[in-house]
Amino acid sequence: MASVDVRDVSMAFAGNGRPFVALDRIGLSVRDGEFVCLIGHSGCGKSTLLNLIAGLLLPTGGAILCGGAPVKGPGPDRAMVFQSHALLPWMTCVENVELGIRQAFRNRLSKAEMRVKAEQTLRLVHLDHAIQKYPYEISGGMKQRVGIARALATEPRVLLLDEPFGALDALTRSSLQDELIRVIEKTRSTVVMVTHDIDEAILLADRVVMMTNGPAARIGDVLDISLPRPRDRIELASNARYGDYRRQMLDFLYRKQSVQAASGA
Amino acid sequence: MRPWIASVLLLIAFLSIWQLLTASSGGPAANIDPEYARLAGQSASPEKTGAIPTPVAVGKRGYELLINAFDSSNPNNLGIAWHLLYSLGRVLLGYVLAVLVAVPLGFALGLAPRLYQALNPFIQVLRPVSPLAWMPLALYVFRDSSVSTIFIIFICAIWPMLINTAVGASAVRPEWVNVSRVFGVGRLEHIVRIVFPASMPMIMTGMRISIGIAWFVIVAAEMVGAQSGIGYFIWNEWNNLQIASMIVAIVLIGMIGLALDVGLSWTARRLSFRE
Repeated sequence: MASVDVRDVSMAFAGNGRPFVALDRIGLSVRDGEFVCLIGHSGCGKSTLLNLIAGLLLPTGGAILCGGAPVKGPGPDRAMVFQSHALLPWMTCVENVELGIRQAFRNRLSKAEMRVKAEQTLRLVHLDHAIQKYPYEISGGMKQRVGIARALATEPRVLLLDEPFGALDALTRSSLQDELIRVIEKTRSTVVMVTHDIDEAILLADRVVMMTNGPAARIGDVLDISLPRPRDRIELASNARYGDYRRQMLDFLYRKQSVQAASGA
Repeated sequence: MRPWIASVLLLIAFLSIWQLLTASSGGPAANIDPEYARLAGQSASPEKTGAIPTPVAVGKRGYELLINAFDSSNPNNLGIAWHLLYSLGRVLLGYVLAVLVAVPLGFALGLAPRLYQALNPFIQVLRPVSPLAWMPLALYVFRDSSVSTIFIIFICAIWPMLINTAVGASAVRPEWVNVSRVFGVGRLEHIVRIVFPASMPMIMTGMRISIGIAWFVIVAAEMVGAQSGIGYFIWNEWNNLQIASMIVAIVLIGMIGLALDVGLSWTARRLSFRE
């Protein structure tokens, strides 16, 4: 069954004079429990697509279904991890996580149960020691873990990740990717993740959706990643199929889509 | 050299030059400004030293004023502390009233851009009006000098807080607004738990600007229309040609203004979020 169904979605923004078409008739279906990566050059509209699925934007054409119901705005069935952690600096880590829980489990959990759930989720991402800390007291990688915990704690049908590791250094990024793999295996969440990192996409995704350059971006190619799980980044490095996927994506991004990227940047 | 040592040296240099200039120019009573003598008439009996007292004389006068600061034996000659308390009381009353109006109204304006646009012309016309321009009208309407000065403080303190709160509430970072939307935070909780803390630094900046302006304006307002307060005190001492008292009052006004600002900036740091 499809968790997310993107049907012929177009998105145009009102500009000076004529509208700017960001996405042109995108069709994409994400199965339950599937991990899909959206990849493309910056400005190709992959974040716009994610915001459309989140309901932060409404499409100018087509429709998006989540669990069979049309998306008319943000909802508790979808949770998002933002690129810039987006933690509220005046709340402690556990309060940040609780903020989402309070809305998702309103009238279903008591206050104490919500607190317990928030703490459990923070432990799940190995932040036992940061529960009562404020965001300014913890590192960038830890902030992003809190962001992931905040989204996971609402137990969404779909987890939306908007380049969550883009602002982190390479080592921190690797450890958070491993963390994400582990957590997703436990929660069996459906994930749609925006990235511009080829290795990250192959490591995490069941399917990589490659987008053409904007304006009027479309889905250029879809790559099924049939590598066995659990995946290990060190073993993958010597896997023949890994190299093949990598080559296909490089070919798409830097041969087929490169000229436009240079002119667009 | 540490900056504070330089500050102390500068102060000493300033006081020395002042002492030299005022002590040496000192033909007793000789060089009173003739213009002033004409204005003050016979009632003003000039002090023995020159028109500008020496820092030593000011220090002595300051000491006299401070040991009698809380003197209330003569209702026509209250101690300087009473005057300062009158002024502070008026400032705080007018200021608190202004906070009570400006912060909720600023919030409403920040959250409802159309309301802001509708009220903005009035704000822009009223804001640049000198608070003292209101004084005669206030005296006419309220028939009470204390109420009038409180009103003057209110009217001058309200604008920075109103505008800062409105801007703060309308300019919450998009990422925080998105968090609120994605996780389905309700309207009231959004305002209380996200917009309010997010605009706290802006609100506190407005409050700091306002308290500075209010303390500025109270002196002038009390000179024009009050029978007590530090502004009245200075004007009264001027009429008695007590130049030293005036200088003492100026220094005290500066120190209290500084204390108000330090207090509010400390509060601002406590109330604002850290990143």
